[in-house]
Amino acid sequence: MEVDRRAMECAVDAQSLISISLMKIHNSRTQRGGIKLHKNLLVSYVLRNARQVYIKEKYAEIYRMQQYEEVMAVCNEIQELDPLDLGAEDGDEEEQGRAACCGEESRPAGSREPEQPYYRSCCMEAPPGSPCDQFAPNGGGGGGSHCNKTTVLDLDTHVVTTVENGFLHQDCCCAAPQCAPGAAARKRKVDSGGCAPDAEEPSDFTAARKRLKREDCSNPDCNPDYTDTSNISNLISIFGSGFSGLLSRQADLEQVCSKQALASLGAWTRAIVAF
Amino acid sequence: MAGVAGGNDFQWCFSQVKGAIDEDVAEADIISTVEFNYSGDLLATGDKGGRVVIFQHEQESKNRPHLRGEYNVYSTFQSHEPEFDYLKSLEIEEKINKIRWLPQQNAAHFLLSTNDKTIKLWKISERDKRAEGYNLKDEDGRIRDPYRITSLRVPVLMPMDLMVEASPRRIFANAHTYHINSISVNSDHETYLSADDLRINLWHLEITDRSFNIVDIKPANMEELTEVITAAECHPHQCNVFVYSSSKGTIRLCDMRAAALCDRHSKFFEEPEDPSSRSFFSEIISSISDVKFSHSGRYMMTRDYLSVKVWDLNMENRPVETYQVHEYLRSKLCSLYENDCIFDKFECCWNGSDSAIMTGSYNNFFRMFDRNTRRDITLEASRESSKPRATLKPRKVSTGGKRKKDEISVDSLDFNKKILHTAWHPKDNVIAVAATNNLYIFQDKIN
Repeated sequence: MEVDRRAMECAVDAQSLISISLMKIHNSRTQRGGIKLHKNLLVSYVLRNARQVYIKEKYAEIYRMQQYEEVMAVCNEIQELDPLDLGAEDGDEEEQGRAACCGEESRPAGSREPEQPYYRSCCMEAPPGSPCDQFAPNGGGGGGSHCNKTTVLDLDTHVVTTVENGFLHQDCCCAAPQCAPGAAARKRKVDSGGCAPDAEEPSDFTAARKRLKREDCSNPDCNPDYTDTSNISNLISIFGSGFSGLLSRQADLEQVCSKQALASLGAWTRAIVAF
Repeated sequence: MAGVAGGNDFQWCFSQVKGAIDEDVAEADIISTVEFNYSGDLLATGDKGGRVVIFQHEQESKNRPHLRGEYNVYSTFQSHEPEFDYLKSLEIEEKINKIRWLPQQNAAHFLLSTNDKTIKLWKISERDKRAEGYNLKDEDGRIRDPYRITSLRVPVLMPMDLMVEASPRRIFANAHTYHINSISVNSDHETYLSADDLRINLWHLEITDRSFNIVDIKPANMEELTEVITAAECHPHQCNVFVYSSSKGTIRLCDMRAAALCDRHSKFFEEPEDPSSRSFFSEIISSISDVKFSHSGRYMMTRDYLSVKVWDLNMENRPVETYQVHEYLRSKLCSLYENDCIFDKFECCWNGSDSAIMTGSYNNFFRMFDRNTRRDITLEASRESSKPRATLKPRKVSTGGKRKKDEISVDSLDFNKKILHTAWHPKDNVIAVAATNNLYIFQDKIN
């Protein structure tokens, strides 16, 4: 069911909810007693709801921007026809500006490249807890009291990452049976698609929006080949690259989180950049 | 049995409190389950440290018949220890999730206690006699030299100080991949069920090396997981019927006669969601944290984050009664999500006659609802009102702008003081309320 922003009782913004939820999922990996499937499932519902609201707001913003651009374009045309207009040069510049804007519009959601992998590949219904039962050792160091080490297996890159007292180690590991090589390849494909949008993106905004809608469904049937969306690290990396809001919250997080959590998050953003 | 609220009917007063007084609460001492046995004579508590403490009701003294007897410690034992699963690199908590008593069949008492992975059957028995006068060994226990034995005697049973022994009689292990949330003894007194997030198993009390899986909601692809099992209970009289609740706010009633695998329910209880109250947290607050059949077996009660609902087993499309526990929290859901309180799992219980229900809240408040008079009352478990036989004063949370005298505002509530576990004596008006590491016992004022 769609989340109606107006019906929300608390004045909270979707982005902060998303970062809080991701932190919860991240912290649950080092909690004593193992990952709590029930709690993580509920957190993923909040994530999905917040994401729906965020997307709706983004759409509304883009639509408003587009409407504004159209209005401005019409106004400029009218102005060009005006004999009192001072120079054709200005008109040319504005036309170029308009073209640039149109080019930007053809990209979905805010024309920021890092966001594209999110919109293409994210499948929200992934339950965070599932493969971690089998594949991600957590809470390294034995016992729950002093975790100065967090070890996570990234099923996409087949890399085991250990964050120890703020230092990042990366080891190669053998591919776990559940890792679909296709998924890793797919991720790279997404990135290359992000680098050269013109090749794949349709030129008009409507078509781009339609593609977004098709891929942006939370039904697992929509991405039959993509079997690894249930990986938490994947989720975090996707959101880390997909939301500038999350990246900008590093400053806030430094005040709120422990050093270890922050170091782990930093590891993920570094992984994204490298990837 | 009398009703719930104050006035002419009935008043609750303090009886006892068990547990340490100091402010620093050790995590291991936090009570995680409370359960009366079938007669109400015994009251068991489990804590996060894996210990079980059993209290026994002392007989009323003849001198002061107007007082009910007190509950005193009967037995204490370590039920579960922390374990480590080496294959998954996971620590298994020793916290006791549930205790369920077995009906008493002889002098000994039996209970089932469970942590996240392992269920144990404990036998609690009394020993008040000791054999003396052995032939082959001394009073100290040392073996006597056989050549020194010149006569034979028959050992005699002599009285000794009462000793209560707890011994584990069965250990039911390795049957649950996910965390066990419920156990329930069947009315046939031979079998019981255990439920984890995705599966329910049926056990025979005598057999530990195998169990039947009767419900499995694990999807073939874990990405398609949308709900988990949150609680399960056997019907109190029909040994073929049980129910289980889900994180989506639904309850399924299953009949074990219908099929070996009860993946398909016989009845499906769900109240349609009110679209106007939709929020980021709708799924969380609709998740059911506890389900309990009434003693009659005609109704069942479910607890979600903000309310308690009573369902008639014959009506699946909506509950017959809904009681708001702390509706004033609805506007605070965001902060409750941030501090994790929104994930608290409150339990609920019926009184012996099914005329009243009780559940806990925050600030050490607990709520009782009288189903007949529709009156409700909020009481507090606190040291301040812990004078012997002191009547509990009803509490009120002010929801509007103006706070009346004696009311407490929502922002002043202490969300660290939560009452998750309560129990009602099966026959009398005696209740046990677990407030973090303290156990409060309240009873009605006998006029």
